[in-house]
Amino acid sequence: MGESEGAMPINYYIVLALALFTIGIVGVLTRRNAIIVFMCIELMLNSVNLLLVAFSKMQPAKDAALTVAGTDGQLFVFFIMVVAAAEVSVGLAIIVMMYRNIHSVDINFLNRLKH
Amino acid sequence: MNALVLSAIFGVVMMFSGVFFKRNAPIKTTGIIAMLLLLIANCMEMKGIKLFRFDVSAFMSFTDYALFFNALAIFATLVYLLVASGEMEKIGKNLADYFALIFFIIAGITITTSFTSLLSLFLGIEIISIPLYILTGADKKNLKSNEAALKYFLMGSFSTGILLMGIALIYGSQGTFAIDKMNFITDAKSNPNLHIAGMLFLLFAMSFKASVAPFHFWTPDVYDGAPTVFTSFMATIVKAAVFVGFVRLFGGAFAAMEKTWSVWIAVMIAATLFVGNITAVFQQSVKRMLAYSSISQAGFLLFSVYAMNSAAREGLLIYSAAYCLATIGIFAVLSKMDDYSFEGFNGLAKRQPVLAFTGTICLLSLAGIPLTAGFLGKFYMLKAAIITGQNLWLVIFAVIMAAVSAYYYFRVIQAMYFKDGPAPSAPATSIEKYTLIFICILIVLLGIFPNVFLNWLYF
Repeated sequence: MGESEGAMPINYYIVLALALFTIGIVGVLTRRNAIIVFMCIELMLNSVNLLLVAFSKMQPAKDAALTVAGTDGQLFVFFIMVVAAAEVSVGLAIIVMMYRNIHSVDINFLNRLKH
Repeated sequence: MNALVLSAIFGVVMMFSGVFFKRNAPIKTTGIIAMLLLLIANCMEMKGIKLFRFDVSAFMSFTDYALFFNALAIFATLVYLLVASGEMEKIGKNLADYFALIFFIIAGITITTSFTSLLSLFLGIEIISIPLYILTGADKKNLKSNEAALKYFLMGSFSTGILLMGIALIYGSQGTFAIDKMNFITDAKSNPNLHIAGMLFLLFAMSFKASVAPFHFWTPDVYDGAPTVFTSFMATIVKAAVFVGFVRLFGGAFAAMEKTWSVWIAVMIAATLFVGNITAVFQQSVKRMLAYSSISQAGFLLFSVYAMNSAAREGLLIYSAAYCLATIGIFAVLSKMDDYSFEGFNGLAKRQPVLAFTGTICLLSLAGIPLTAGFLGKFYMLKAAIITGQNLWLVIFAVIMAAVSAYYYFRVIQAMYFKDGPAPSAPATSIEKYTLIFICILIVLLGIFPNVFLNWLYF
């Protein structure tokens, strides 16, 4: 599926992105430190960025009329970066707010809500 | 377009109003007037008057349906502001910022209800979510609010990651983000695994955002921990908007794959109705009960995705209107109480007859008693499901679950009218009382004359 003979097949990118994504998911589900959970979420978003860039470079548009289809994915990546930055600013603020009150960033604390 | 641009501008205006006005009253007035202007601007667009002419056809198309829902959402927000802004100023010092965030959420809602590209779906959902994380944590000194904000934030951004992975896989399979250019007919060249996986990721992510079982587990904690006024907003208007986006995504982009996803949706409806209603029965706190009840109402809203016909689309509007108004009303009553347990409502009817009466109408509508809007909402949803002609067991199950829901709604009514107690509560101001009565009148009118409401759609 690559553009030329020497290009890496798209499957490698898919596998790499899905591997990073899975590491992110496993991290979110198993780690107990809010900052590390947060880093794992960022890893998930970045694996998507990688996948989008790979697709937009290597996947020819299905519809021949859409000659610029390849740039869509790269454009999307910028939007993801901007949104992720906005999310980081809000998320870190929330974590700092929690740290001020309980002097810890441990997620186990969240179980206190269930009663 | 009018509502989108103006709500973003008004959001900034509200942020600055906090600098210029030192007291809360002018901020509230500015916010309510701005929301009213927004409603007028949106209705102007419904009549064909466009204030802004940008070509955004690649990202959004403001169909009549989307505009009608936007008008509904903005109207519900206006009612919400009238009834809840008094409580909002008790949460913290930053009243202007809360208003600004609500305007930004409205901007997100207008994008989510009218997207034509997966890019604008993603942006719309994020513009809704990020301000909500802030509003959930608005009560900064309160540990429960902190926990709810952190939990909501982590779960929300986790589901965003899943949403994005779904979008990326769909893009890989289709080479485009535009939902009307997608073509899922499998030929030799394309790989069906990519778009089926992408569709499932999107299904899971949207279920997360709409708190559909089995992705509902964050909902009770977040709704319980967030300040009551903001729970009221995120459980109603935001949730309904996410469902409109859900219907648009699955009815628009994935219509060709209906056979693949309709089974998933049917199972999710059953799970959501079951988990929401059965767990709500065992709650001791009314606020937490309402959180579970909002999950069970999401089960009914999900029928609109399942049936995907014109009755379902009409039903989604009626159900959203009924559900938003009734839940805003009951949360407004709840926010006046000191004690959120069922016992806390004992004897409210003697002390505050207006609150008790309006709360009763709202609860009856949520339970789906005839002559209220909630009954018609459920009726339209089930009618849409029957028209599809498949899985009639689901409709029967939904009716049984609606009967279960009457139990926990009537428990509150029973506590208010048939039990004696102190019912410690703050007095409601006259504007709050009049708005609550107005909500009740709307609920009953909508329950008796739904066609008047729906005719606006087909003007």
